[in-house]
Amino acid sequence: MAKLTLDDLRKLRDAKKSEIETRSAEGKEAEIIIGMGTCGIAAGAKSTLDAFIDELGGKGITSVSVKQTGCMGFCANEPTVEIRVPEMPTTIYGNVNADIARKIVNDHIIGKKLVSDHVFDKPSVDIIK
Amino acid sequence: MHYAVADYMLDIVENAIDAGSAVITVDLIDDGEFIKVCIGDNGPGMSEETLKKVRDPFYTDGKKHKSRKVGLGIPFVEQAAQTSGGEFDLRSEEGLGSSVYFTFKKDHIDCPPLGDIPGTVVSMMMFGKEYELVFNNSTTGGRFVVLRSELIDALGSLNDAESLILAKRYIAEHGIHTAEDKGESKWRN
Repeated sequence: MAKLTLDDLRKLRDAKKSEIETRSAEGKEAEIIIGMGTCGIAAGAKSTLDAFIDELGGKGITSVSVKQTGCMGFCANEPTVEIRVPEMPTTIYGNVNADIARKIVNDHIIGKKLVSDHVFDKPSVDIIK
Repeated sequence: MHYAVADYMLDIVENAIDAGSAVITVDLIDDGEFIKVCIGDNGPGMSEETLKKVRDPFYTDGKKHKSRKVGLGIPFVEQAAQTSGGEFDLRSEEGLGSSVYFTFKKDHIDCPPLGDIPGTVVSMMMFGKEYELVFNNSTTGGRFVVLRSELIDALGSLNDAESLILAKRYIAEHGIHTAEDKGESKWRN
């Protein structure tokens, strides 16, 4: 099978563009921000990222933005993930492994319900002023 | 401690992005005997004094988290390289940038697995800042170069799942090291 080229990528992007624009116009944008500092990487944040991408891709969800940042300051609770969904409180989750990442997609982003066991609402004691 | 070579690479690249570098180059070379990684940036660089301190795990500049007393990224990779019969070198010049070079001896028992290189390269490219990243992969079987800007140009962004999956597939198909084994690389055709 021929290798995927940059032109192929452009064509695939153009094919899905109208679909993305339709969804964006509906105001359904959500954001997933994954902490990818030393602590996050050591705790397996890359597997967490892979699980988010796989779950969103498998469900054909393109209206969710997946981003990375460095250490959020919650090293003892890595991997940490911030979720922003319209009409819901911005939420930071701690100890997000691949299974929890998939649960966040299904429960929080799609179902609009918090994954309560992993809500991380207090920063680590050493960064509280 | 990190698990794979890819993790060490991602960690150092994140440092470069966090430091505000506009251009980052990542060379991943497999010469048959060693896995060699060189990550360079044009960020603010470090003074000679800071350069000595960053190899100490109990040093951090404190700019991001004022109460933190550790900085583990550089010490992790230095230790991992040295325990697997490899080398580590860190150079920097204020106002010009920094470069980190590390190697792992492939047949050493402590050589870490390569890890998910295609996924990690995509991960290196999806931090929320403006920067160029050039990834160069050379092995005894060939060479592959990909730029962050060309993937963004082709895909529109690197933030939605479909684009990220396509970017990873593109990188994997063009001959990146596979990572199923301990440091053994393959050129995929």
